[in-house]
Amino acid sequence: MDFLDEFPTMDRQELRELKKAIDLGFRNFSRAYGDALETFFEPLLYFMVWLEKLLIITPWPIIILIMAGLAWLGARSWLAVAGTVASFFVIGYFGMWEDTMATLAIISVATLVCIVVGIPLGIWMARSDRVQTLITPVLDVMQTIPSFVYLIPVVMLLGIGKVPGLLAVCIYAVPPIVRLTNLGIRLVDKEVLEAADAFGANYRQKLFDVQVPLALPNIFAGVNQTIMMSLAMVVIASMIGVKGLGVPVLRAISNQYLALGLMNGLAIVALAIIFDRISQNFGKRLQKHREGGHDV
Amino acid sequence: MSEIKVKIKNLYKIFGANPASMISHIRNGTSKQTLLDEHGHVLGLNDVSLDIAAGGVQVIMGLSGSGKSTLIRHFNRLIEPTAGEIIVDGRNVIEMGKNELRDFRRFRASMVFQKFALLPHRTITDNVAYGLVIQSSAKDEIHERSQKWIDRVGLTGFESYYPAQLSGGMQQRVGLARALATDAEILLMDEAFSALDPLIREEMQDVLLGLQEELKKTIVFITHDLDEALRIGDRIAILRDGTIVQTGSPQDIILNPADDYVTDFTKNINRGRVLQVAAIMDDKTSENGPKIERDMVIEDALQVLSKADATTAIVTHNAKPVGSVDLNTIIAALTRPIDDSGRTGSYT
Repeated sequence: MDFLDEFPTMDRQELRELKKAIDLGFRNFSRAYGDALETFFEPLLYFMVWLEKLLIITPWPIIILIMAGLAWLGARSWLAVAGTVASFFVIGYFGMWEDTMATLAIISVATLVCIVVGIPLGIWMARSDRVQTLITPVLDVMQTIPSFVYLIPVVMLLGIGKVPGLLAVCIYAVPPIVRLTNLGIRLVDKEVLEAADAFGANYRQKLFDVQVPLALPNIFAGVNQTIMMSLAMVVIASMIGVKGLGVPVLRAISNQYLALGLMNGLAIVALAIIFDRISQNFGKRLQKHREGGHDV
Repeated sequence: MSEIKVKIKNLYKIFGANPASMISHIRNGTSKQTLLDEHGHVLGLNDVSLDIAAGGVQVIMGLSGSGKSTLIRHFNRLIEPTAGEIIVDGRNVIEMGKNELRDFRRFRASMVFQKFALLPHRTITDNVAYGLVIQSSAKDEIHERSQKWIDRVGLTGFESYYPAQLSGGMQQRVGLARALATDAEILLMDEAFSALDPLIREEMQDVLLGLQEELKKTIVFITHDLDEALRIGDRIAILRDGTIVQTGSPQDIILNPADDYVTDFTKNINRGRVLQVAAIMDDKTSENGPKIERDMVIEDALQVLSKADATTAIVTHNAKPVGSVDLNTIIAALTRPIDDSGRTGSYT
């Protein structure tokens, strides 16, 4: 009955060898290609450093003005503008300005990267059912695998710093935009698409005149989710050397500084709320044309 | 009128996993039901052949499930047939390559849809211009032509509205303008007015007939409504279970329904308002009586007779007498055909 009492495991020695082989294989891979990958990501690094510096050296009133402007453009509501301005005043007053700017820089770049990668991927998925069945499980893994697990290979490949941090954020934050782009395009009214066909539209004309514009509200929901998820990754990214609001939070955890953790945590929350409201309302305004009524 | 614009030859459409292998079953006389039960394929169109004259309105009518929407989508190959030919001006549409087909759709056949299928995020102007933009016409021309058609369908002043802000009837005016703007000689209308309420539907029929009088397009019009078919059709084809059961002029269809299915369709319509004197007149002209034009509907003819207090009228064409018609003939034509059970057809 030994067989039933104990799960038949692989031989310990063999298991150790297997793990070793995987580690060694990856180590060799990172030795061979690590530098090349680093060079590949270099422009991204420069861009991030430049943006962070720009945000920090720009005088704070101008930043606040820009944020207020963004809030107005996105949400068209004075309440949103007032909330934004007040949040940034409080953040600055409590000495978190520089960290906030660093966080702003990384989530902006991360969102940008996610959009550039995610939207075409979503379009590709919407085009073919086979691609969809292939990519969906990959997205599931990206969203559910504990971030610490993929931090290991990322750090092994690229070391500690901004780029691996950005990569970690993007792995976590890109799935929603891919999913929602795919969904949005698949939900486009079949009859409108048929009309485009009937008038002789080619693939590109259908994509850019019909599918993408009609999927835009969903795509924007994806952008919104991506921003939210990249903000959620700020603390974990700080573990591998990304500057920003995550660093003091991490320090607060290890030293049990309640006030420090709370303040920086709330600053992240404030950023999240601001960006959420701006992007959500912008997305809603994109579908204004769906409303009926003769009063416009 | 007599020149054939579109010729459909032995068109079959079978839906299912392996349609091509089912053709032989159908040709050997397997019924629609057997095909579904034993082979798991759905018969959409069964050996449809139809000649459509240039410059006329060809109505294709049938109940839902008869295959009429499937049939109209074959004209511009939104649906690929399983077998058969569709010949437009001597060229088989089925044989067209990708680019030729695209140009055919851009320049030669445009379509109006039951649920309008407008671009919700574009203004009325941009919607009407859609086909022209796809044709890559010049900018000035796009603007000029779309404005012309917006004016023609009576939407002046609504240029910058979005479709959702307009009523159904107005949205279909946009759909009509969009289709007409491309200057295609063939207009495919898939239950274009079926989603509209009766008054608006009649109004749109008038709009279409008014435009057609001048444009002389070849129109293929799908409908399930016989009144609509009789009103706008020059020719009517009746479709049932994917097969054409009768084709003919509206007068033919009413006076000589080919089978019970067509009889069922025709029995509840107001015959007095559809039948023309020409269809029932006697070739011998009469000596006296009021004069009526031969394309007058018999309900009006009755009125003329009763006003003149006469029993016989002289039928004229271009002011020349061509025949006569008497009261009894008119009354006989007005009554519904008697079906097999001996009672007159009616709502039961």
